[in-house]
Amino acid sequence: MSDKLRFHYEVSGEDFTRAGEASSDLKAKLKLMGASPEVVRKVAICMYEGEINMVIHACGGVIDVTISPADILLELKDVGPGIPDIEKAMQEGYSTASENIRSLGFGAGMGLSNMKKYSDEMKIDTVLGVGTTVTMRINM
Amino acid sequence: MKTYKLFENLGYEILNKGEDRLVSGVYCCDLLSVAMSKGKENAAWVTVMSNVNTVAVCTLVDMSCIVLADGSSVDEAMLEKAKEHNVCVMRSKLPVFETAKEIFDTLNLFGDRLEEYCD
Ligand SMILES: Nc1ncnc2c1ncn2[C@@H]1O[C@H](COP(=O)(O)OP(=O)(O)OP(=O)(O)O)[C@@H](O)[C@H]1O
Ligand SMILES: [Mg+2]
Repeated sequence: MSDKLRFHYEVSGEDFTRAGEASSDLKAKLKLMGASPEVVRKVAICMYEGEINMVIHACGGVIDVTISPADILLELKDVGPGIPDIEKAMQEGYSTASENIRSLGFGAGMGLSNMKKYSDEMKIDTVLGVGTTVTMRINM
Repeated sequence: MKTYKLFENLGYEILNKGEDRLVSGVYCCDLLSVAMSKGKENAAWVTVMSNVNTVAVCTLVDMSCIVLADGSSVDEAMLEKAKEHNVCVMRSKLPVFETAKEIFDTLNLFGDRLEEYCD
């Protein structure tokens, strides 16, 4: 028997009112499992920023979560436009969000740096016109 | 202090009653990804950003309630989401700083542990 738990989420790229639901669901699950508040907070931040990026920059995607005794792995995959310059995108304050998206409170250009800061390991695989996969590991 | 006592004292308009939670500080910010990283557990979150994502961020970082400043308008979707997640949403007529200050003063008056943070 495997000691890993897996969860799969489909993130809609159209429905803004549902953005963040996958993150809320995972957070509730982790709390129930008795993960430490610090781990719960780190996962919530990483997952939410990734989920929102999928919605506002890439028309949605899928998230796979693997929970093991040692760590939590978040894999966010989209088939959006890709990121032309990762280094630039990682900079605090850099954002290509539209006026419309900014008026909703997004677009500070902090999402990716939050993900980097609150995960123990982060990797971005992106191909222009094909999509982006962001993988993050958070230690228990 | 708890959320219900807070709005009772300050006469805020209740948009969604939600859970009566401990309030131990004030946090102010309108940029969601900044609030996501800096918002503190059990803080009353004072903001003019009122939409479904405000509720999502509030629950994800465990802030105790949302206080919409400046009489910000709300939409149905936000209230639906607040109901669903049992989040207390209130509204103040004052601007962000004045609202945060009066919450801060009220908490102090009641001698609660307080961490004040404003970005
Ligand atoms: N999944 C993605 N697909 C395509 N581009 C992306 C994706 N994620 C991020 N980006 C690009 O990287 C930029 C920086 O992302 P980041 O999350 O740091 O900021 P933001 O989403 O623009 O604003 P914030 O997260 O502060 O609300 C985005 O503006 C966008 O151009
Ligand atoms: Mg972002």
